Amino acid sequence: MTKYKVSLFGITKDIIGSSSTEVELTDQSDVNALVENLKTKFPQLSEIKSLLVAVNSEYADLGLVLSEKDEIALIPPVSGG
Amino acid sequence: MIAITDQHINIPSCIEAAQSDRAGAVDIFIGTVRNHNNSKEVVRLEYETYDAMAVKKMEELANQARERWDIEKIVIVHRKGVLTIGDVAVVIAVSTPHRAASFEACQWLIDTLKEVVPIWKKEIYQNGEEWLEAHA
Repeated sequence: MTKYKVSLFGITKDIIGSSSTEVELTDQSDVNALVENLKTKFPQLSEIKSLLVAVNSEYADLGLVLSEKDEIALIPPVSGG
Repeated sequence: MIAITDQHINIPSCIEAAQSDRAGAVDIFIGTVRNHNNSKEVVRLEYETYDAMAVKKMEELANQARERWDIEKIVIVHRKGVLTIGDVAVVIAVSTPHRAASFEACQWLIDTLKEVVPIWKKEIYQNGEEWLEAHA
């Protein structure tokens, strides 16, 4: 198992109640597994219009396999400008 | 000049940073905080940013704009933190040899920034608050 730290912003920070959270997944898990784990623990995440994941400051495909040193963040719909 | 800041954005210094002797035009977009949205009265905005990724994405946008248009300089500065009505939230300034490119590139930069740069805006009303675009 590997523990991943996930940074949270915007509405995901409000839903989870913290600016980061930890997710424990089997080794070689992908982005999709991380998202599903979080949606199970925090069902309100499923109500967001879209939920992307950034890995090392880049939007990641759901199939990207995570590694321990990755910098991971949840990206709810952006609304800058 | 590309930056996220928690300080007041100085517009003249943005224009100055965009100026170039090769430029015949400087186009500037200034995004400000308005007092209403969807018929609700807005009291203030709170911007949150994923700084490292936001700067990286804004740099990528600047590079993409340079591939599409003949551009001298690009300035993108976005505020974070608490802003009140009338405050400047974002400034984009683009200088180009000819004016058409500066208009087009400036519009493309703000439109694309709003789609891809990890910045979030919470509107605070008299009776509540809402993260914009979060729900369908």
